[in-house]
Amino acid sequence: MNALRMTALAALAVGSVGMAKADQVTVGMITTLSGGGAGLGVDVRDGFQLALDMAGEHDIRLVVEDDAQRPELAVQIAERMIQSERADILTGIIWSNLAMAVVPSAVAQDIFYLSPNAGPSALAGANCHPNYFNVAWQNDMLHEAAGQHANELGYENTFIMAPNYPAGTDALTGFKRYYEGELAGELFTQVGQTDYAAEIAEIRASGADSIFIFLPGGMGISFMRQFEQSGVDLPIISAGFSFDQDVLPAIGEAALGVINTSQWSPDLDNELNGEFVAAFQDAYDRLPSLYASQGFDTANLILSAMEQADVSDMDAFREALRAADFTSVRGSFEFAPNQHPIQTVYVREVVEVDGVLTNRIIGTAFEEHRDVHGENCNM
Amino acid sequence: MSLALVLEQLLNGVQFGLMLFLMSAGLTLVFGVMGLINLAHGSLYMIGAFLCAAIAAATGNFFIGLMAGIAAAAAAGALIEILVIRRLYARDHLDQVLATFALILILSEGVRMIFGPFPLYLTVPSVLRGTVNLGIVDYSLYRLALIGFGIAVALGLWALIAKTRLGIRIRAGESDREMIAALGVNIRVLYTVVFALGAALAGLAGALVGAIQSVQVGMGEPVLILAFVVIVIGGIGSIKGAMVGALLVGVIDTMGRFLLPRLFATIFDASAAAGTGAALASMLIYLLMALVLIFRPKGLFPAHG
Repeated sequence: MNALRMTALAALAVGSVGMAKADQVTVGMITTLSGGGAGLGVDVRDGFQLALDMAGEHDIRLVVEDDAQRPELAVQIAERMIQSERADILTGIIWSNLAMAVVPSAVAQDIFYLSPNAGPSALAGANCHPNYFNVAWQNDMLHEAAGQHANELGYENTFIMAPNYPAGTDALTGFKRYYEGELAGELFTQVGQTDYAAEIAEIRASGADSIFIFLPGGMGISFMRQFEQSGVDLPIISAGFSFDQDVLPAIGEAALGVINTSQWSPDLDNELNGEFVAAFQDAYDRLPSLYASQGFDTANLILSAMEQADVSDMDAFREALRAADFTSVRGSFEFAPNQHPIQTVYVREVVEVDGVLTNRIIGTAFEEHRDVHGENCNM
Repeated sequence: MSLALVLEQLLNGVQFGLMLFLMSAGLTLVFGVMGLINLAHGSLYMIGAFLCAAIAAATGNFFIGLMAGIAAAAAAGALIEILVIRRLYARDHLDQVLATFALILILSEGVRMIFGPFPLYLTVPSVLRGTVNLGIVDYSLYRLALIGFGIAVALGLWALIAKTRLGIRIRAGESDREMIAALGVNIRVLYTVVFALGAALAGLAGALVGAIQSVQVGMGEPVLILAFVVIVIGGIGSIKGAMVGALLVGVIDTMGRFLLPRLFATIFDASAAAGTGAALASMLIYLLMALVLIFRPKGLFPAHG
C-alpha cells in the first residue's frame, strides 16, 4: 500500500516536471462567434488555429469563448480566463468598445493582451501599456490611407459617412487627416442602421464627385445594395473592412471596382502569404479575409516569442514579443514604441477571379506608416 | 434643399413606414388577439429573409424565394405556437418575455448553424432593378414596388379582418376571449392561425427588405424594437394604429435624419452638426413615443376603446 502510494507520488512528480519542461502557454481567445458580427470572429479564430496547425504546435493551449459582441460578457469571460483558466495571454477581441472594456484591466493584472483586430486610439496613445500589443492596426490607419489615395485619384469633393460611435469618428478623422479636397457632405449614421435611403438621397443632392464610407459588416452590405439600386453613379473609396472576404459574397457585383485600403491582401506577393491563402482555402473551403490574416499573424507572433523566452518570465517574454521576430503574411512587420504596427498600407480594388469576388493590390498608399497617437504614449 | 430632395425623402419615409407596418401588424395582431408579447417576431423576419435568399440562390428566381420565405416563416410560426407559445397564454407577460427571448437565442443560433456565420447574398429581381422617373425625381423602382407591396398587404389585411369569417373571429377574440370560446369557436386553431399569419407577414417583410439589406443573423432585432415603438404609438392591438404608427415612425425618422443635421449646420460647424444631428435624429421616434404615452397612454387608436 505504502509502496503503491510512493509510486503514485513519484509518477505525479515526474508528470509535473514533464509539464513544466514543456512550458505550456495558455492563450485565452475572446471573440465574436454568434450574432451578426460572427463572421469576423470566426475568421480570426480560424486564422489563429491555422497558424498553430501549420507550425505543428502543441505547447499552446487555446481556449476560445464567444463574447456575442457584448462588452459585459467579454469582461466576464476575461475574468474567468484569467482566474480559472490561468491564461497567460488574451487575444481575439474584434470590436473597439469591447477592447476598451477588457484590455485595461487585463494588462493591469500582468496578462499579455495581443489585439488581432480592434485598435482604439485611447490604447495607442495616453493609455498605452507594456503588456498590450496590437498586431493589426490602430483604428485610424486604413482610413488615413483612403484619404491619402483619394488625393491621388484627384477627388475634390468627397461625401464622407460613418456610424456614430468611436470607431466611426476615428474613421472620419483619419480620412480627413490626409484628404486635401473639399467635403461635399459629412454624415453620421446609426450603428446597425439598415436603411440608407435618406443618406443616399443626400449624396445624390450634394453634387459630390466621390464617396468615402466606413460601414463594417452588415451595414456595408445594406448600403451597397441600396446604393446599387439608387441610380447614383459615383466612385466609392473605403477602408478594407467593408469590402473583404467576409462580406464580398453577400454584396455581390455592386462591390466590383470599389477602391479600398488594407495592410493585407490575398494576392500580396510573399512566400508565406501564398502558403497561408492556399492552406486556409484547403482547411476551411473559403478565401481568408484580412481578419483571418490578422489572427494568423497574432498566433505566429506568440510562437516566435515562445521560442525565445518563457512566458513565466514576463520581462523576457515582453522583449521577445516587442522584437516581433516572425514572418508576417504582410511581408515586413515591426512594432512602433507604442507597440502598434509600423506597416505598409496598400490600395486594393475589388475584382472577380474565377467567379469569386476578391481584392487585388493596385498600389501603395503608405510605406512604413505609423499612427499619430503614439506621440502621447510614454512608455 | 430642393423640392425633389424633399419629395424623395418623403417617399423614403413612407416606404420605410410600410415595411415597419408589415412587421408591426403581426406583432399587434398577436398581442391584440392572444395578449401575448412575442419578442421572437424578429426571428421570424430573419427566417423569411434567409429562406428567401437560399431558395432564390438555388432557383435563380427571387419570387420563388419570396414565396418560400413567407411559407417558411408561417410554418415556423405555427410550429412555435404549438410547441411553446400555447403554454404561455395563461402566464403573465414576464414569463412570455422570458420564453420568447429564449426563442430569439435558439432561432439565431439555429440559423447560424444551418447557414453559417457569414451574411447571405440576395438581390433585387431584374424586373425591379434601376430607377423610374417620377417627374422631378428619379426613384428606385424596387423601393416604389415596396410601397406598392405594403399598400396591397395593408388593404388585404383590412379586407381579411373586416370582410371574412376569420376576420370576425379575430375581432371577436380581441374583444372577448372567453365568450368566443364559449360560442364554440375552436380557439386553439384560431390562435395558431393568427400566429402563423403574423409570422407570414414578418417573413414577407424580411424577404422583401432582405433584397436591399444584409441577410444576416440578428437582422430582426433592430426592426423588432422599431415595431414595438410603432405599436405603442398606434395603440397595442390595433391594426389601424399600427398603420398610422408605422407611417409616423417611418416619415419622422427619415425626415429627422434628413433635416436635423441641416438645422444644426446653421449653428455649429459641419462635423459637430453631423454628430449632434445624427444623435438627436436617432432619439426622435422615442421622443414621439414618450409624447404619445403622456397624452394618449393607450396609444393613438386604443384597441379596446
